[in-house]
Amino acid sequence: MAEPGVGQAYARLVRAQIRSQTQYRLSFGIDVASCALGTLIEAAVVLVVFRVSPTVGGFGLREVLVMSALAAFAFDLADLLVGNIERLSTYVRKGTLDTILIRPLRVLPQLLATDFALRRVGRVAQSSVLLVAVLVYADIDWTPARVVMLALTPLAGCALFAAVFLLGACVAFWFVESGEIANAFTYGGKEFARYPATIYPGLLRRVFGYGVGLALVGYQPALFLTGHADPLGGPTWLAWSSPAAAALAWTIALLVWRTGIRHYRSTGS
Amino acid sequence: MIDTATETMIETDTMIEVRDLRKEFTIKRKIGRVRRETRTVSAVDGVELSIARGEMVGYIGPNGAGKSTTLKMMTGILTPTSGHIRVCGLEPVPRRRRLARRIGVVFGQRSQLWWDLPLRESFRLLGAVYTVPRAEHEARLKRCRAMLELDEFMDTPVRQLSLGQRMRGEITAALLHGPDVLFLDEPTIGLDVVSKQSLRAFLAEIGAGGEVTTVLTTHDLADIEHLCRRLIVIDRGCVVHDGTLEALHARYGSRRRVVVDLDEAREPDVRMPGVAVEGVEADGRRITFALDGVPAGELIARIARDGGLRDVSVREPTIEEVVARLYRQ
Repeated sequence: MAEPGVGQAYARLVRAQIRSQTQYRLSFGIDVASCALGTLIEAAVVLVVFRVSPTVGGFGLREVLVMSALAAFAFDLADLLVGNIERLSTYVRKGTLDTILIRPLRVLPQLLATDFALRRVGRVAQSSVLLVAVLVYADIDWTPARVVMLALTPLAGCALFAAVFLLGACVAFWFVESGEIANAFTYGGKEFARYPATIYPGLLRRVFGYGVGLALVGYQPALFLTGHADPLGGPTWLAWSSPAAAALAWTIALLVWRTGIRHYRSTGS
Repeated sequence: MIDTATETMIETDTMIEVRDLRKEFTIKRKIGRVRRETRTVSAVDGVELSIARGEMVGYIGPNGAGKSTTLKMMTGILTPTSGHIRVCGLEPVPRRRRLARRIGVVFGQRSQLWWDLPLRESFRLLGAVYTVPRAEHEARLKRCRAMLELDEFMDTPVRQLSLGQRMRGEITAALLHGPDVLFLDEPTIGLDVVSKQSLRAFLAEIGAGGEVTTVLTTHDLADIEHLCRRLIVIDRGCVVHDGTLEALHARYGSRRRVVVDLDEAREPDVRMPGVAVEGVEADGRRITFALDGVPAGELIARIARDGGLRDVSVREPTIEEVVARLYRQ
């Protein structure tokens, strides 16, 4: 993508999308507010759980809040950047991907730019504030390694969730009515990542926690930040493996994407 | 970009070259509760065509004949099952982005404009997407604005435009980057008579320039009559005619008709080779003759000689007639 002006083209597409959305001011305002409210409710759920039980999966409020906030921030960031790829199923069903394909830009960045959902900014803002608050509350003993971990985890987590979003969207190339399958993995994945891997039964934990990599987004980094050993005996390097997991997930997602585009049928005349 | 030199060399005056092009779709059909039957359908089944620079070609066929599928393979939207395609010397799917700069596409049933933004904004965005130099962009836009009379709705959001206005916007959008080849998929669909005429006039002018090669699919055969000297007819995935409209008429024996109104019912003596009575109406006072290679004047003179001729009209064969005959075969 070294051609001059291409980056600018994407920037213009994003700006146009923002202008389109802000045309309907009231509905945009409601969207932003309701997105932000969602984050607060999710945080409140963690507190409610701890009112009933002093520990969850062997962890106290402090640790669970850290993993929950890390996972939520990574997810919300991914949702802001690529969440709207879920609209791909509409494009495929109606055949409107055609108009994307006739332009001299790559399909995926073009879709992300034309569907950029600014309203999700509210959500990211909320979850970043929450993350900072939780880290302060958790009273972490900061070492250089932990600072690096904190910088790395949300980015790798965001990339991992983004790959899951993309894979979920690709299902539309083969199965037309695919919205719910994708949601199970994306929104379901976020919920999974917010709680200690210890609460899940073995198979579920292995498949989603380490197969998909969801335990690397919140659980493992939170153990590292709070200085906890993994009660399941996982090695420390697991906490550092999220970038590798994200890279692997993207490789798979892009391969599936390429195959999917070739499979596109452009229904309708 | 590996072989720019070779590409320019290959690129002679043939702008579109298609050989033995095929596209198969698999269709899954439910039989029983879980079982599915998979069937392969050939939408395009060995299409061959070659279009030279500056030609304006009508590409027609009945619904489901494979017109749109061919067009979508030529524009890089669909991957062919097999066959050879070159558009501007490029293979569409692998060189999609490069090809996109050289072609303009209008889908009558899809919009490529930004729905919630003023038309002016869509044009500006497309200028950025195609990285068109500002001066070129301005010059082309100015020409389209004048010829398609866009000024009165340049600042209206696209969602509020009438279909005719929107289509004028779509055509402009397809031309702003100065394409070598223009693909128009049913550009006049749903338009009123006046809008159709002004669009045709504009397309004719674009075509007359001789720089832009145009492929037009349509169900309105009047579009073809007004715009295209060459006609490619496709049916069930194969090309069944490729040539001028006249050649099509000659091939399928389209006949001119002479309708005469007589003062009173009688049976005129017209036993001439190549003349057939096709219909008798109004109690024998209106007779329709079909002519096959006979000059209409000769027949009319013969009838007039006997007297009592009130009125005469000569009807040219219509394109609908011949195409309908072609589709039915």
